[in-house]
Amino acid sequence: MGRVRGMADQAQFTDLAMEYMPQLYTAALRMTRNAADAEDLVQETYLKAYRAFSSFTEGTNLKAWLYRILTNTYINSYRSAKRRPQVSDVEDVEDLYMYRRLTPDGVDPGRSAEDEVLDSITDEEVKGAIESLPEAFRIAVLLADVEGFSYKEIAEITDVPIGTVMSRIHRGRRALQKALFEFAQGRGLVGSSSGPAE
Amino acid sequence: MVAEGAEVARDPCGGGSSSVDCDEAVRQLYSYLDGELTEERRLQISVHLDRCGPCAEATDFEGELRAVIASRCRDHVPEDLLARIAQAIDEEQRRHSGAS
Repeated sequence: MGRVRGMADQAQFTDLAMEYMPQLYTAALRMTRNAADAEDLVQETYLKAYRAFSSFTEGTNLKAWLYRILTNTYINSYRSAKRRPQVSDVEDVEDLYMYRRLTPDGVDPGRSAEDEVLDSITDEEVKGAIESLPEAFRIAVLLADVEGFSYKEIAEITDVPIGTVMSRIHRGRRALQKALFEFAQGRGLVGSSSGPAE
Repeated sequence: MVAEGAEVARDPCGGGSSSVDCDEAVRQLYSYLDGELTEERRLQISVHLDRCGPCAEATDFEGELRAVIASRCRDHVPEDLLARIAQAIDEEQRRHSGAS
């Protein structure tokens, strides 16, 4: 009888879970940084989720449950040992890194200057900047800023204490800003001074 | 500044709202934008931002940058991935019903 009920749950799986595939695929791409691995990771995530679906509590957060399986599968099977920047490789970037460099003399030159820089940032630059972050920061920033999970949800998805999650999100965002600012500098859109104007 | 006493007197949180300076506001900015502060703390930061133009501008910028990041990080799912996964689930289903 229990099995019959399990099958009924599984019959619902496709209807409920497939809609999250575009988001899961995006997350998988940022994690693996490789399209073939990302596809395999998403497929493995869906198969594991299907097999375990009877243990999913109806009415709880299905999206977070799927991301937890995705993240665990990535960490256990897909992370590559090579060319992986470590958290300790990343300097601690100051608050408001980009904003302070776009508003010389502490005076806002008007929305247009900052808007121009924001508008000029491309999809490839955002993806590249996220992928350049060390794994722990990359996953935290991805879950917070691209997927919109709360600190508590991210703590549950990644099995990390909430204080650590917060620190990873904040440090990761500052490192991300620096990477994005350097892309803008590379395009000659902003000056190349190394620090904010005093 | 003249109104400080009056503001505090009207403050339902008992005067805490005037205690946030710019450094503190910047430190709390991410948690503020993420909606992760206690209501009391959120109100304190919010009062500071109402009074401090530079901090309010910086907060707007951070919020806009966040929106840019979220909107420019989407990828097109390969056409055959959905079919591949549907088929894999189908096979899994058949294996189980065939075994019974």
